[in-house]
Amino acid sequence: MKQTSYKNLTRGIISENPTLVMLLGMCPTLGVTTTALNGLGMGLATLFVLILSNTAVSLVKNFIPATIRIPCYITIIASFVTIVELLMTAYFPSIHAALGIYIPLIVVNCIILGRAEAFAAHNNVFQSLLDALGMGIGFTFALVALGLIREILGAGAAFGYQFIGEDGYPILMFIMPPGAFLALAGLIILFNKLRRE
Amino acid sequence: MFKISTTPHINSPVTTQSLMRDVLIALTPAIIVSLLMFGINALRVLLTSVAACVMFEYLITRYLLKAKNTTSDLSAVITGVLLAFNLPSSMPTWMILIGAFVAIGIAKIAFGGLGKNIFNPALVGRVFLFISFPVQMTQWPKPDFLSFMNTDTVTSATTLGILKHIDVSSSATIKASQVSLTELPNYWQMFIGYTGGCIGEVSALALFIGLVYMLLRRVITWHIPFYYVATFFMLTAITWFNTDNIHFEPITNILSGGLLLGAFFMATDYVTSPMTRQGQIIFAVGCGILTYIIRFYSAYPEGVSFAILIMNAFVPLIDKFTPQRVYGTKRK
Amino acid sequence: MKTTSLTRLILVMLVVACGSAALLGFVYEITKAPIQKANDEKELAAISGVILEEFNNNPFKERTLIPGKHKGQLTLYPARKDGKIKAVAIKTSSDKAFGGKIELIVGFFLDGTISGYQIISSKETPGLGSKVSDAKFSEQFIGIRPKKKTFKVKQDGGEIDAVTAATISSRAVIDAIQKAYDAYHKFSTRM
Repeated sequence: MKQTSYKNLTRGIISENPTLVMLLGMCPTLGVTTTALNGLGMGLATLFVLILSNTAVSLVKNFIPATIRIPCYITIIASFVTIVELLMTAYFPSIHAALGIYIPLIVVNCIILGRAEAFAAHNNVFQSLLDALGMGIGFTFALVALGLIREILGAGAAFGYQFIGEDGYPILMFIMPPGAFLALAGLIILFNKLRRE
Repeated sequence: MFKISTTPHINSPVTTQSLMRDVLIALTPAIIVSLLMFGINALRVLLTSVAACVMFEYLITRYLLKAKNTTSDLSAVITGVLLAFNLPSSMPTWMILIGAFVAIGIAKIAFGGLGKNIFNPALVGRVFLFISFPVQMTQWPKPDFLSFMNTDTVTSATTLGILKHIDVSSSATIKASQVSLTELPNYWQMFIGYTGGCIGEVSALALFIGLVYMLLRRVITWHIPFYYVATFFMLTAITWFNTDNIHFEPITNILSGGLLLGAFFMATDYVTSPMTRQGQIIFAVGCGILTYIIRFYSAYPEGVSFAILIMNAFVPLIDKFTPQRVYGTKRK
Repeated sequence: MKTTSLTRLILVMLVVACGSAALLGFVYEITKAPIQKANDEKELAAISGVILEEFNNNPFKERTLIPGKHKGQLTLYPARKDGKIKAVAIKTSSDKAFGGKIELIVGFFLDGTISGYQIISSKETPGLGSKVSDAKFSEQFIGIRPKKKTFKVKQDGGEIDAVTAATISSRAVIDAIQKAYDAYHKFSTRM
């Protein structure tokens, strides 16, 4: 039992990392990671929604008929996302301004519906919570790493701290959308190489 | 995705290496002009770019892929020369290294090496640098004939840059545009290459000599260069006659910027252009239309590299819809 | 998969939807005030940043709409000290920016001289067009009156130094400020 819990927790971080191994949730991954802080904000927001939705789905799984499970899950997920958005606008307006359109899009982030359908619908509350935690941390890790790479290369900064001077020239491409694809490809290569060794 | 043409395959003594050598010879006049105009700095850009391209190809195939070394086919040298041709002579050395890495590492080898790359490597390198370092990529040292140690930082706008900023529709700027107009080089200066720009694109004459050599040696056929330039000429001429707007003056537009370099040496790249004659014409006309649209209706003054890269992406599709006539069947 | 009656399906869906709606309503109620406050503070901070005169009212609360020169309306925030108007800030925008629309708040002294501006929202390229909010570019505007002839970037024959390699973004800022000035001019001559 203890071993299963451990496995459920760590699976999302390394062996089945949602972003770097399963390539889920690409839209927010590519879209928001212009800085490490934006990546962190998006990762934590998703982590939060994931924990709530996995727990809720796991709690109600026995009452929901199989034929309408998807609409029910989506309703639950959408509610939590809206709650996160309202809380962010109220208490962290600057992060909300930076993440903008991507917050409502958490609803259709396949990681969340995927974990609800594949894991929470078949497991108890505690295990679902661990799974959500692992997946959320894995997602956050990938987004922060990608954001950091892009910020260092494309803006000459790390977590908002500018380390190249006024007349330095960062590789602007990495801040722009095409740079997101290049940086993500590099990160996936590196991560999977390390993972297999 | 890529189709191999039907048999018979002709066995000929022409190898990749000998083809590439011919292209290099065709590029030589433009290399000489760049050295004459921009001096030691052009030499620095050329040497850095070529050395870096060959080095990255060697290092990646040898140590990362542990595959057969392919540097002897000279294709990396061509990529290096073409990349350098697309840079201003004041380009910092470390940026050229990044451009060479993107051209060889990402645009060529990541796609599977020579023959499998979808996009022209030198152009990908150029566009990467252009988007990443717009400041350095849009500053052009003034050409200074035969002063080899020319390390001056005097910059001049390119002809296209001057044209782009002239806004004849607004009366308040006419004064400014009259000043700029006198800066425009005349046809002869543009033809021999006494004008600001990337080191390889300035001299139409040198590029023409290279084209004639390649045609005589049958390295390429005349279709892509001709249809590319002709399409562009027609579009600018029509707009010019209808609007009488100096922006669209066709001769200046053809002689300035990277149009001739792109049409002669980059759109004709074997790997990234269609296989059949019909396909090549579609490809070249597409390049011409896109260059016209990007030059006149976008924020950028130059559109040749973007136009060729966009059409590169269509090549597999064009090849699919213009199949080669199977040997022995009747011509339609 | 066992079959379920239609009534049960509807019932379950209804319970889920109602539960979600109740939860949402609850969170909305408690976050309503902080959200309003955060939005107000953002604009107020921008307004105080561009008005150099002292004031003791809340310009954001006293905002009014004024007509633009040709069409549309702009928001004007009056800054008063002890009831007397001292300076104004105007929210303006331009669609001619590199990334589409750019929105800014411009501050004017009463004679129409610019006292500064702040970008509220823009989609300019980071590290390039986004430099229009840097002091190096924006400080040129302080103390000048946007007269038609010379209120342009140098490339167009004016006297403003455009941000290097971001002439289009620089033009958009000038365009937006010009609109604000025209509207203010019209407004003040009528008063």
